[in-house]
Amino acid sequence: MSLREKAAVTGVGETAYLRGTDRTALSFQLEASLAAIRDAGLKPTDIDGLIPYGHGAVAEDFITNFGIRDLRFSATTPMGGASSVAAIQCAMAVIDAGICKHVLLSLGRTGYSGGRIGTRVQQMPQFRTIGEFEMPNGAIAPAQLYAPMARRHMELYGTTSRQLAEIAVTTRYHASLQSNATMKNPITIEDHQASRMISDPLRLLDCSLESDGGAAVVISAPDVAKDLAKRPIMVMGVAEGHPDSPSAITQRPDLTTLGLAKAAPKAFAMAGVTHSDIDVAEVYDCFTYIVMCQLEDLGFCKKGEGGSFIENGALGLNGRLPVNTHGGLLSQAHMAGMNHIVELTRQLRGEAEAQVKDAEIGLVTGYGDMGDGSVAIMRRA
Amino acid sequence: MDGTYEKLVPSPTPDTQPYWTGLREHRLCLQACADCGNVRHYPRPVCDACYSMNAKWIEASGRGTVHSWTITHYAFHPGFKGDLPYILVTVDLEEGVRMNAQVRGIKQADLKVGLPVKVGYDKVKDDLTLPVFELA
Repeated sequence: MSLREKAAVTGVGETAYLRGTDRTALSFQLEASLAAIRDAGLKPTDIDGLIPYGHGAVAEDFITNFGIRDLRFSATTPMGGASSVAAIQCAMAVIDAGICKHVLLSLGRTGYSGGRIGTRVQQMPQFRTIGEFEMPNGAIAPAQLYAPMARRHMELYGTTSRQLAEIAVTTRYHASLQSNATMKNPITIEDHQASRMISDPLRLLDCSLESDGGAAVVISAPDVAKDLAKRPIMVMGVAEGHPDSPSAITQRPDLTTLGLAKAAPKAFAMAGVTHSDIDVAEVYDCFTYIVMCQLEDLGFCKKGEGGSFIENGALGLNGRLPVNTHGGLLSQAHMAGMNHIVELTRQLRGEAEAQVKDAEIGLVTGYGDMGDGSVAIMRRA
Repeated sequence: MDGTYEKLVPSPTPDTQPYWTGLREHRLCLQACADCGNVRHYPRPVCDACYSMNAKWIEASGRGTVHSWTITHYAFHPGFKGDLPYILVTVDLEEGVRMNAQVRGIKQADLKVGLPVKVGYDKVKDDLTLPVFELA
């Protein structure tokens, strides 16, 4: 028994991505949700399951705004940036159990205009131990907490900042091809190397954006998916993984391995595909290093070989593995990876603005909460 | 000194208070299982080796080696602006757990995996002493 192809992505939507707004996160979340529902050819009242992201909108908001009369399921998947892709697994389980037909995954945030991540982390219950034992020392924000992972990788394997720069440069180029991206001026490796240090070895251009906007995805049962507006995108494999010492990176046995390393073999086995089958990958990119580490944990290369894997434009549209074709969190907008699911769906439909030629099978990951991981492998039907 | 301390401060619980009390007395105390002896950090209610809820506190040697580090150049909290840039090290303690703390008297050029360090004590306000790492 597995969830293989037990659901499909049938609708995707996003708002304009901004840096500066006086709107609420809720209004962005509802706007993106309506766009995704419309994209699927559904009515808002067709939604019978809800998995909103994080601590933003709640089920009551959707019932109230959409007039949903028969909501059958609501939940959250509290895994930070891994939540959006983990919600695919949750939605599929609920659909496979016969509880729901159409589950809406949605996110809205005012990360630029509202509270910044550096201050938000202190208030989250899963981080109370680092709040007590690390933040008083000045280790406060994700950039500082992740930097020792990158430094360890560099010391063990010789990975360089210039290699990480490849990710920033390629992702920015992909953003420059988008109509809906917030950072579109191309950059060079030298620009990256000249950008100011935030928490060594992570420079400004290694860090993702803070953004305002919303994104949403509709996951539907296979029997109804085939009759909707767009070609369904079948979910072939999905899994989530939690690292050892999930909250405190300091105590993690191997600083260079993420929760994704546990999820990836399960998702590939469920999908029945190999790495060479993957035409395009949307990989959660809160920081450049996290992309490289995930490519290793996904099995595209061995641990320690990520640096050489990504060199020489390998992640570009015509490279060995096109990655973050929408510009990602680094250059499109920080929508906690919901925008990565939106983009993979468009790639596999053949309607992306920076289209990978003949993309048939693709992969999307989530990463968050200091190391949680999630991954979904999809194909066009 | 208390009136001007603007950095983040810990909020100890009954499970964690002995760690902070120990630092004030210039002792590095770690929680250990009272049944199987497994040392654990950060302090928590259950031993993940034998599931005992009986805990004791041991005095650590304070010696360890550098596992990784970062040098912070941006103040994510205004209280740390005056410290910039500051080095945070992740240290493997002899007792088998790790700690994260700032350094005193260690330069960026000195940093390497395996560098021997020892814990020091920085009284930052009347009721709060933070650990720091110095060259061993």
